[in-house]
Amino acid sequence: MRGGLWQLGQSITRRLAQADKKTIGRRCFASDADLKKTVLYDFHVVNGGKMVPFAGWSMPIQYKDSIMDSTVNCRENGSLFDVSHMCGLSLKGKDTIPFLEKLVIADVAGLAPGTGSLTVFTNEKGGAIDDSVVTKVTNDHIYLVVNAGCRDKDLAHIEEHMKSFKSKGGDVSWHIHDERSLLALQGPLAAPVLQYLTKDDLSKMYFGEFRVLDINGAPCFLTRTGYTGEDGFEISVPSENALDLAKALLEKSEGKIRLTGLGARDSLRLEAGLCLYGNDMEQHTTPVEAGLTWAIGKRRRAEGGFLGAEVILKQIEEGPKIRRVGFFSSGPPPRSHSEIQDSNGQNIGEITSGGFSPCLKKNIAMGYVKTGNHKTGTNVKIVIRGKSYDGVVTKMPFVPSKYYKP
Amino acid sequence: MALRMWASSTANALRVSSTVSRTNFSLSRCFSTVLEGLKYASSHEWVKHEGSVATIGITDHAQDHLGEVVFVDLPDSGTSVSHGSSFGAVESVKATSDINSPISGEIVEVNTKLSETPGLINSSPYEDGWMIKVKPSNPSELESLLGAKEYTKLCDEEEIH
Repeated sequence: MRGGLWQLGQSITRRLAQADKKTIGRRCFASDADLKKTVLYDFHVVNGGKMVPFAGWSMPIQYKDSIMDSTVNCRENGSLFDVSHMCGLSLKGKDTIPFLEKLVIADVAGLAPGTGSLTVFTNEKGGAIDDSVVTKVTNDHIYLVVNAGCRDKDLAHIEEHMKSFKSKGGDVSWHIHDERSLLALQGPLAAPVLQYLTKDDLSKMYFGEFRVLDINGAPCFLTRTGYTGEDGFEISVPSENALDLAKALLEKSEGKIRLTGLGARDSLRLEAGLCLYGNDMEQHTTPVEAGLTWAIGKRRRAEGGFLGAEVILKQIEEGPKIRRVGFFSSGPPPRSHSEIQDSNGQNIGEITSGGFSPCLKKNIAMGYVKTGNHKTGTNVKIVIRGKSYDGVVTKMPFVPSKYYKP
Repeated sequence: MALRMWASSTANALRVSSTVSRTNFSLSRCFSTVLEGLKYASSHEWVKHEGSVATIGITDHAQDHLGEVVFVDLPDSGTSVSHGSSFGAVESVKATSDINSPISGEIVEVNTKLSETPGLINSSPYEDGWMIKVKPSNPSELESLLGAKEYTKLCDEEEIH
């Protein structure tokens, strides 16, 4: 994220870094033209969205509101995010559950129909290929949403295992929901506003639950989940109905729910202590190190049977060598790759995400430290531009979560 | 710091009207203010040369693109800066950006108010949000910088792209 004012200006005015500007002149940038657009692209631009390249898509980083105001408004009122760049996927067939359980750490069999969980796709070494929200629609239909930036590698991984599974007679197939768009509606007004647009009683639908229902006259997949720590929903809507739905949600909120970009989305998830894959979790990070042991079902811990289970189960037993923790700090906001030292100046780890919290008005960060330095209240030093600043290990989430639970 | 930053976003909204009283200013297409009489670097810093001292800060256009500034890292008085090299950094909610010195020289004063009130860079980029004062060692460097018209053009081009 570090660059001169010039680079920042460029990124925010949706210019891609170009070595030789002259050859491109002032025509449309070739690399911009290659970016994929969601069906709401024009709507974003009309509403003042500053479009930036993100995981191969042109997405709004913010609208007219500042990132600070947008973040606070999500927690006070609500936010509407276009997250159609993310990849929705259905796995179907009578052997779907045993197939998927080879690839993820979740107890998918143990999920009640119509419920879901955060999970992790692992590799043979126990590292994370991606994180995902997995929902059991029925015993032979699983709905998943994976990260845009991981789409190609995730799909290749699933496909490879699916081929071999099917060749042994397993019954599973997939459908990639490219015909749908995905909207995230988050914040305290999410439920009351969405209730205007559906006959289903949302007060009976709790965090992690899933339904297929009509919203604003269109058949939608609704999951009570999100990436902000607030109550809210992710709505998978047929793409031809996405614009009408986005407009209806904003209108019904009387302007209180506001279009919100990726910038505030990142602040919100950081305040909520949620991992960003690629920053806080990578190929070499295990779910145990990342603090996601809770997402490994009891049965899965006993039985294993997922990629890298040996490594992961051994780590659960012996304890991981490094752990993801949160920090408050003084000085400039820590950013990814800032060094973490103990109070004697010895290296103990690295920051993976950090920034200024718009809601707490102070620096928050997460990163990995050697076990032993991970306890809440441990004083650390965080090195930024050669100077070391005081930090303290802090419980996450930084801002209390408000998930709607019975 | 926090409360002051909220104040700064309000000041931001009022920015255009508060500068209208000036006789010499131009409003670029991107609605950022560019002042006549200052020199500008293409990396979005400004210099105001008065007598033996030159004051340096970042432009309205730069602060507008950065968003709310939450921290400013500045060098100590008495150290030297050189043309085109980074002398500090500004932190906004999302990003860290280097600040380059448009000229070479010795720092004679640092705006210490910015450590408590970094939002001054948003609310008053050309006045209260100044960063350092420098005694130029090579005044001819000023000639190579952009004038207000050229800088306005640069900002407009950036907006188009």
